[in-house]
This record gives sequence, structure tokens and C-alpha cells, in this order.
Amino acid sequence: MPERLIEGSEAIAEGMVAAGCRFFTGYPMTPFTEVLEHMARLLPEHGGDCINAESELEAIGMVWGAAAAGARAATGSVGQGLSLMQESISEMCRGQVSAVILNMSRGQTDYFQATRGGGHGDYRTPVLAPVDVPEAAELMQLAFHLADEWRNPVLFYGDYYLAHVQEAVDVVARDFGELPPKDWCVDGTSGGTGNSRLVSPLSQTKTDLEMHGGGYGSHLEFTIARMEAMEAGITPMVETGYLEDAELVVVSFGTAARYVRYVVGLLRDEGLPIGFIRPITLWPFPHQVIAEAAVRAHAVAVFELNNGQMIDDVRLAVNGRAPVHFIGTLTLDASGFGISPDYDTERLQDRILNAFAAQHSEVAS
Amino acid sequence: MTTVPTATPPTIPARLVDDFAPSLIRNEAHHLCPGCGEPIAMRSIAESIEALELAKRTISVVGIGCYTGFSSACDLDTVQALHGRAPSVATGVKRVLPDRCVFMLQGDGDMVNEGLQEIIHTAARGERVTAILLNNGVFGETGGHMTATSVIGQRTKNTVEGRDPIQHGFPIPIANLIAQLEGAVFVARGAVNTAANVSRTRKWIQRAFELQMQGAGFTFIEVLTMCPTGWIVETTEAPDYLNDNLAATYALGVLKEPASK
Amino acid sequence: MSDVAVTKGTLVIDVDRCKGCELCVDACPVDVLSMTVIERNSMGFQYPLLSDGCIACRACAKVCPDYVFQVWKYDKPLPVDTDVTGSNDA
Repeated sequence: MPERLIEGSEAIAEGMVAAGCRFFTGYPMTPFTEVLEHMARLLPEHGGDCINAESELEAIGMVWGAAAAGARAATGSVGQGLSLMQESISEMCRGQVSAVILNMSRGQTDYFQATRGGGHGDYRTPVLAPVDVPEAAELMQLAFHLADEWRNPVLFYGDYYLAHVQEAVDVVARDFGELPPKDWCVDGTSGGTGNSRLVSPLSQTKTDLEMHGGGYGSHLEFTIARMEAMEAGITPMVETGYLEDAELVVVSFGTAARYVRYVVGLLRDEGLPIGFIRPITLWPFPHQVIAEAAVRAHAVAVFELNNGQMIDDVRLAVNGRAPVHFIGTLTLDASGFGISPDYDTERLQDRILNAFAAQHSEVAS
Repeated sequence: MTTVPTATPPTIPARLVDDFAPSLIRNEAHHLCPGCGEPIAMRSIAESIEALELAKRTISVVGIGCYTGFSSACDLDTVQALHGRAPSVATGVKRVLPDRCVFMLQGDGDMVNEGLQEIIHTAARGERVTAILLNNGVFGETGGHMTATSVIGQRTKNTVEGRDPIQHGFPIPIANLIAQLEGAVFVARGAVNTAANVSRTRKWIQRAFELQMQGAGFTFIEVLTMCPTGWIVETTEAPDYLNDNLAATYALGVLKEPASK
Repeated sequence: MSDVAVTKGTLVIDVDRCKGCELCVDACPVDVLSMTVIERNSMGFQYPLLSDGCIACRACAKVCPDYVFQVWKYDKPLPVDTDVTGSNDA
């Protein structure tokens, strides 16, 4: 199929449809709104349903119901709207409800929200952070696959830049392998048989537990075991470049990483031993890759467009074996959520070179 | 009075006119208080589903409250929702499976406090689902606290002197609000404090399910239930308390029905 | 109470399910239910006893929160005080 020049929001929507998503709902908010518009146009053409939710709380609730009824279902918002959804997202983990939730963030300031989770209790959601429009169309499909594979919500971290940049992309349906049958969903047909089904954040079946009297505790333990299995079972996805003899490794994610990748390439061409690491799954985080690179390079810099969030995970991975410098910044345009001034290769080059120079002066002294 | 034996069924010719529990409710003891009205309402719901032969085409969406145990005890495919969130969950279910009977089971704290926005929007949208409100004017599960439907003068743990409009505002007659929305096609308020009320309410619940299956629109049945524990009255006084306080504030009856029958 | 003293039906009472709320006693239109005074069930509650004159109206079953009653209607009504001992005893 020929590639088409389309904006990220449209590619993401087409990716969802290609994955078989047949229920979508959302509340308009910049820069998520266009995804909702595209889904409103596409889903009826594919036998699906896209409705405006009257609030983000209702959006996540509708997805919960649609997913429990067996559909591939998704919603999205911006970080602010995801804030409203946190209770439901955490409980959907406990309820083993598979769904995809998009954050079309106003930048990179929602890393904590995405990876720590703003909901209550011990739970995890896989997080996928694409670097560009073609990868977004792919990862969106992978998100649905992971959601069904693990019966868990999966977060997709996009942003304003990704939403509105136009790139040449051919969105094709991808097959990520076999999935277990969806025999946990409810469709009414088990009613009155003595084996009716339950989708619940409080227990796994109608007969295994009683909510009162200690049973819920064992359900929480069951949930933790599932989270650990998920962490062990999903290989962290990561892109790396020029690491072999790097003396400085720059770590970045999402659309900002596109600039890091490019600038590091330029600096390599000038002979500077700098490499980059781009986590693609923000959870599970590629701790091992970063740790190994840090030990070899002896210096790490983190570039992210916030006040320092992913750097916590980088520091955990490095675990004191090398210095970790923050070379990012909270960067905003006048609207506060647009294309920020630090999407700029020259500024970035300065930051990386400063980090490199600082590292070498320390080494020299 | 001489008493008659009641341990086993009669051996002289007789027919069974009412079994212990509807077949859709697992026949084991529940943990609800003596005199609780919620299982009485649940019985009517189960009997209606059975009478309409909908058991294999029904999905219940249950909220959080004392009645949450029925998501396990009732033998229907069920989605357990969070406090206040059953209407949006039911919407998702119905959109994906439009030919099923989908109903929400919520208490007043769940529906009218936490989830007021959800029920109004779901009704306004005319989602073809049935909402069943178990309204006892208290948050029962947390021990009996004021809700948006507690009536004036009602004593609860945080309105010990009785609900006072100046301090605590006025109750929300949710069924009356819903009846004003075009998307709602059948709205009724029943009660379970007398056998006669139970019978009437059962008929309205069944009618609501019928209308849903006809695709008529959103249907809403509010059921006033006793909570002697939350009301701080004897179980034997609770039916009259319901009549004198809750039913005096919230008129029983059909509030809205389709024009042609 | 009906003019003609007949018993139209009877109950099977699941005594151990009862929580002693007494809603059945008030609901019964012919006042044939009364609570035990001294006896308690396995949960410690008083439970209902049935006298002659049940009309199988099902009011008790309708209002019982604990699903304690099974209601039977006799094919032929019995005069009140008919000795039914042994007809539904264990």
C-alpha cells in the first residue's frame, strides 16, 4: 500500500481500527481531540461505536463495560483527563479488564503518572511511548495485543507533537501472535446455569471469595502475582545507538528522543563517542540495558521535557555506578501545551556537548 | 394459638406457589441486616428476569454498597462496577451487546451521591438499559451516613439531630429528575415495605425490562427499601418509618410511561 | 380473618435462615404468624411459627429479606383446627 501523509492522530486512530478496536469513547481535550474525531469518523465505517463521553470518568467506565463485554475498547485523554481516570484504571487491573488508554500528553510531564500510576494500591500498567508517527501506528496495535495477552489496561504515551506532525505512513494490520480465548468476558449466556460469569475488581469468580472476611486480601495477593508475572513476561522494548564505545549515553523517550537520536548521530559523525538509549516500553523499563551501558560509558545524561521524571528510573537502573545528569528542561510555548522551544537540535546539541565536556573535565581532573 | 408443623412440605395434596428463593439467587444466607429491604427488591428483580425468560440474555452491572454481595449471589453474568460508575459501565456493555438485557443495581449513595452525573447522562442519552435504585436514604455499608436522598428530619450518623435543610440541604428526588429527561421512557418509584408495594414494584420492574427489550429507551425504577440499622429503628418499625418519612417525601407510583401501551 | 374458618395453605419455614426481623408477622393479613418466645435458631434469632388459617397469599414470602418461606396451597382448603400433625413433619 502506498504511504500517505497523515497526522499522528489519524495514524493512531487507523492503528486502533487495524487492531480491531470497535468501541471508543472520549472527552474532547487538546491535543487528544483529533483522535476522537478520527475515531468518530472511522468506527461506524467498521461496524464499531464511538461516542462522546460526558466526562473522562464516564469514558473509562464505558471502556470497562465494553471490554468486559468482549470488545477491543479504548479511550484517551490528556494527562489532566487521565488524572480523573486513575481510580478506574487501577481497579481495571484488579478486575483483569483488558483495555487501551491513550495519553496525548501536553508534553513529557506525565511520565510519573503513566509509570507510577496515580491510582491506589499495588498495580502496574504497561506503557508504550512511540517516537514518531509510523511507530505510533504499530505500537497502538501492540497495545491491544498486550492488553488481551495480560488482561490488563495498557497505556499509550503520545503527545501534542506526535498528534499534529504529519508523516508518510502505511498503516497495516499487524499480527503479534496467538492470544488466549476471551472466555472471561460476559455475554449473558451463562445466566441461570450455576456458572454465570463475573468481571470484578473484588474477586475472580462468583464463588471463590467472599468480599467480607479476608477474601479480598487474597484477591490483592493474586493481583500482585499477576503484576509480577507481567513484568517478567514482557521484554522491555528499547532502541539503542552508538553504545559500543560511548563515553556518554543520552537517555530519552517519546518525541524528544527523535531529536536525541538525530543529534547524537551528528555528533558521532564528528567523532564524538556518544550514544543514546530510547526506552520504548516505559514500563517495564529497560533497566538492564541502561545499567550495562552506564557501566561501560561511565556517564549518563537524561533529556526529557519536564522537570526530571524518567531520570528517577534511570538512576534506579544505574544504581550509583555512574553519574546521571539531567539535561532536560520543562519547556513550554505560550499556550502551555504546544510545540515547545526545546524541540530544537541546536539547543539539544549544546546540552549534550555541555554534559560531555563536564564529564571529561571531571575525568581529567 | 396452636402451631402447625412447618419443617417439611405437606404430604396432603398441595402445590408449591412460592419457593424459598428465586432460582437465580443462590440459596444461601446473605450478610445483610435483619429487616433489610434490599434482598426483597432483589427477589423482584430475579423473579422478573425469570418470568421474561431473560436469564441467558441478561448482564447485570452492580455498584458498591451492602447489595454488592448480589454480584456473587445472583446467577447472572455480572460486571462489578465502582461506586457511582455502573451507568457508564452498563453503557459500554449495551453498546457492544445491544440485544442483551442490561441493568444497573445501585444504592442511593452510589447513584445519587457519587454517580449523579453518570445516571443523568445515561438517561439523557436514552441508553437502552434499566437502572434500579435501592434507595434507603443512607450509606448503609459504611454504617449509616447521610446521602443525597436522606429525607428532612432523618437521623443518621452524621445528622444525629435529623437532617436540617439549613445545615444539610435538601434531598434529591432522583426519579422525578430522571422523568424529565426525554431519553427516559419509563420511570417508577416503588417500595418494599408492604406485600402490596412489593407486588406493584415487581410489576414495574418487569415492565421496565420489557420496554428495554423492545428498544424503547432508558428505564428507571427507584425502590424505597428499609434500613432499620441505618435509620436507628426496630426492624418492626421500619416499614412504617419508610411510609411516614421516605414515601412521604418521594411519591410512589409511575412517574412516566410511554404514551401508547 | 375470614368469616369461614379455613386453612388454604401452609408454609415450610427455613428456621435457621431467619434473622428475627418479624416483617412477616405484620405482613400476614390473617395474623397466623407469631415469633417464638424462648426458642432460638442456630444464629440466635427468634423465628416465626405458623398457626391455622394460612391463606397461601404469599405476603410473608414477599416481604421476607432472608427467603425463609416456602408457600404451599392445598388443593382443597381444610377447616381450621384440622389435625395436620404428621402431614408435614419430618
